[in-house]
Amino acid sequence: MELLLLLGAPVAGALVLWLAGARRSAPELNVLFSAATFGAACWLTARVISGGPMLLWREQFLIDPFNVFLVTLTALVGLTTALFSRPYMRVEAEHGRVSGGRLRLYHSMYQLFTATMLVALTTNNLGLLWVAMEAATLSTVLLVTLYRTPASLEAGWKYFILCGVGIAQALFGTMLIYFAAERVLGAEGVTALLWTHLDAVKGQLEPTVLSLAFVFLLVGYGTKVGLAPLHNWLPDAHAEGPTPISAVLSGLLLNVAIYAVVRCKVLVEGSLRSMLPSQMMMGFGLVSVLLAALFLWRQRDIKRLFAYSSIEHMGIVTFAFGMGGPVANFAALLHMTVHSLTKSAIFFAVGHAAQKAGSQLIENIRGLVTISPTIGWGLMLGSLAILGLPPFGVFASEFLILTTAMKQQPWATPLLLTALGIAFAAIFGKVQPMVFGDTQARRLPHPPALLPVFVHLGLVLMLGLYVPPYLAGWYRDAARLIGGP
Amino acid sequence: MAPLSFDLQLLNGCAALLLLLSFSMLSQRRIVNLVNLLALQGALLCAATLLVAVRTGQGHLYLSAVLTLALKVVGLPLLLHRLIRRLNVYWDAEPVINASGTMLIGLLIVVFAFGLAQPISALASTATRSTLGIAIAVILLAFLTMITRRKAMSQVVAFLSMENGLFFGAMSATYGMPMVVELGVALDVLVAMLVLGVFFFQIREQFDSLDLHHLESLKETE
Repeated sequence: MELLLLLGAPVAGALVLWLAGARRSAPELNVLFSAATFGAACWLTARVISGGPMLLWREQFLIDPFNVFLVTLTALVGLTTALFSRPYMRVEAEHGRVSGGRLRLYHSMYQLFTATMLVALTTNNLGLLWVAMEAATLSTVLLVTLYRTPASLEAGWKYFILCGVGIAQALFGTMLIYFAAERVLGAEGVTALLWTHLDAVKGQLEPTVLSLAFVFLLVGYGTKVGLAPLHNWLPDAHAEGPTPISAVLSGLLLNVAIYAVVRCKVLVEGSLRSMLPSQMMMGFGLVSVLLAALFLWRQRDIKRLFAYSSIEHMGIVTFAFGMGGPVANFAALLHMTVHSLTKSAIFFAVGHAAQKAGSQLIENIRGLVTISPTIGWGLMLGSLAILGLPPFGVFASEFLILTTAMKQQPWATPLLLTALGIAFAAIFGKVQPMVFGDTQARRLPHPPALLPVFVHLGLVLMLGLYVPPYLAGWYRDAARLIGGP
Repeated sequence: MAPLSFDLQLLNGCAALLLLLSFSMLSQRRIVNLVNLLALQGALLCAATLLVAVRTGQGHLYLSAVLTLALKVVGLPLLLHRLIRRLNVYWDAEPVINASGTMLIGLLIVVFAFGLAQPISALASTATRSTLGIAIAVILLAFLTMITRRKAMSQVVAFLSMENGLFFGAMSATYGMPMVVELGVALDVLVAMLVLGVFFFQIREQFDSLDLHHLESLKETE
C-alpha cells in the first residue's frame, strides 16, 4: 500500500502535469505531488522502523536497510528541488528561456524521473532495475536539452548515446547473471533475477561467468555513476540543463547508479570469493577522484565545477565500497547521504546566483554576499561542507574513509589526501571571490527559495554531529549486507 | 560429432546471416539501406526466436518473437524511414576509418568475441550455445559501427543493432530473459526512439544538419 502510493504518486503526477499543460499552477502541483511522494516515503520508512525489511508484490519489490534511507532521501531531495524549481523556473520563463510547452514537458518529466528512480531503488528484480535505470536516462534527456541551445543539444546527445551504450553493457551483464542463476535456481526464470534469491545462492553461482558479468555491469552502471574514464557526459549534462535538473541528477541519479553497482557487487563477490570486484571498484574510484580533482582547476563554469566535484565524490564512495568491511561501507553510505544533500543545496544556491548574474561563468558572478547574503552564505557554507570541513557530515564520512584506507589500503591514502587537497584549493579559490568580491548586480523580481538550501545544510550539519540511532542501525545493517573483506 | 538436427542447422544459418548483416552495416553508407539492413536483422532475430520457441515449447518466446516482429521489423524501421524523409538525411559522410580498415578491425573483433564466448558457452546447457559467440560479435561490431560513423542517424541504427545482438545473446545463452524484463526493455527501446525523434528535430532546428561534428564544442580544452 505504501509502496503503491510511493510509486503511484509521481506517476500520477507525471500524467496530471502533462494533461494540465502550462497552467500557472503547474509548479505548485509539482510540489504537491513531490510532497505526496515524500509523505509515502516517510510512511514506508515508519513501517520499516517498526516492522523491519519487507518483500512486496510477489517478491518483485524489496525494502531493506540498504535502500530504505535512499528512498527517503530521494523523495526528500525530490520535494526540496520541486520547491526550489518553483521560483527558479518562473524566472527562467520570464527571461524567455523556456516556453509554456517546455515547462509542461519539464514538470511532467520531473515526476516521471522521480518515479523511475524510486522503482530502481525498491525493485528486487535485477532486470527491472535495468529497465528503470534506462527509463531514468530517457526521462532526463529532453530535460537536459530544455533550453535548445547548441551546447545543451550536444550535452543531451552525449548523455543519450554514452549512457545508452553504457547501459547496454549493463544489460549484457544482467543477462550473464541470469544465465549463471538459471543453472542454480532452475530454468523457470521466475526467481532467477530476484536479488534476494540470488543472494541466498550466491556461493553456488559460476565464478567465471559472474566475473565477466561484473566487468560489464561495472562499466555499464559505472557510466551512469560518472566514473572516469566514462564520465564525459556528466559535466556537460549537469552544466547545460536547468539547475533543478542538475541538482537531482547529481544528488540522486548518481546515488541510484552506485546503488545498482553495489547490489551487483554483493552477488559477484559472494560467488567469486576473490578481490577482483573490490579491486576494480577501488581502481575506478581512485582514478575518478584524481582525474576530477585535476579537472576542477580548469573549470570556468560554476555548474561544471560542481559537476566535477560530484565525480570526485562518487569516486570516493566507489573506492570506499571497493575497500569493503563494516566501517568503510558505513562511511560510504553516510557519504552518499551527505553528498546528495550538500550537492543539491549547492546547486540551488548556484542556480539563484547564476540567475542573478545572468551567467554561469565564475568570473561573472561576484559579490554574492552584498547583493543577497542568504545566497552568498548558502553557497559558502555548502562549499565548505562539500570540501569536508568539520563539523559537517562530509567531514565525518571522509574521515572514516581515510582512516579505514590507512588501515586496509595504506598506499591509497596519500593519493586520496592529495586529491582532496587539490579539490579544496580549486573549489575554495573559485568560490571565495564569487561570494565576497565586488559587484553592481540588481535584485531579482522573485524572492529566491532558499529554505531548501538551509534545510539540507542543517541536515548535513546534524549528520556530522549526530546520526539518529535508527539511521545508524540501517547503515550498520546495510554495511554488513554489503560485506567485503 | 553427431549431425545437427534440421532446426538447429537453420538456427545456425540465421546466426551466420546476422553476422554477415553486421558486416554489411559496417560498410554501408546509404542510411536508407542501413535501416533496411537493420529491419532484416530484426527479421532474422524474429525467425531465430521462433525456431527456438518451437524447439523448446516455451510460451514466452512466441510473445518475444511477436514483439520483435512488431517493434524491430515493422515499427522502428518505419519510424526511422519517416525521420530520414522528413529530415532529408540520405547519406552518411565518409567514415572516420576507411572501409577496408574497418573490415579488418571487424574481423579481429569476431575472433575476440568467440574467445570471450568460449567459457560461457562451455557452461551453457542450451542447444543454441554455439551461437553465443556470434551474438557477442554482433554487439561489438555494432559498437564499432557506432564509433566510425559521423551522422547521428547511423549511430542510432548501430545502437539498435547492438540491442538486436543483446537479444540474440540472451536467447542463445538462456532462451531469453523473463517476460517482465523483455517487455520492459522493449518499452525502453520504443521510448528511446521517440525521444530520439524529438531530439533529431531539435538538433536540425538548431544546426540545419544532423552531422555530429557540430556537436563537438564541449571539450575540456581551453
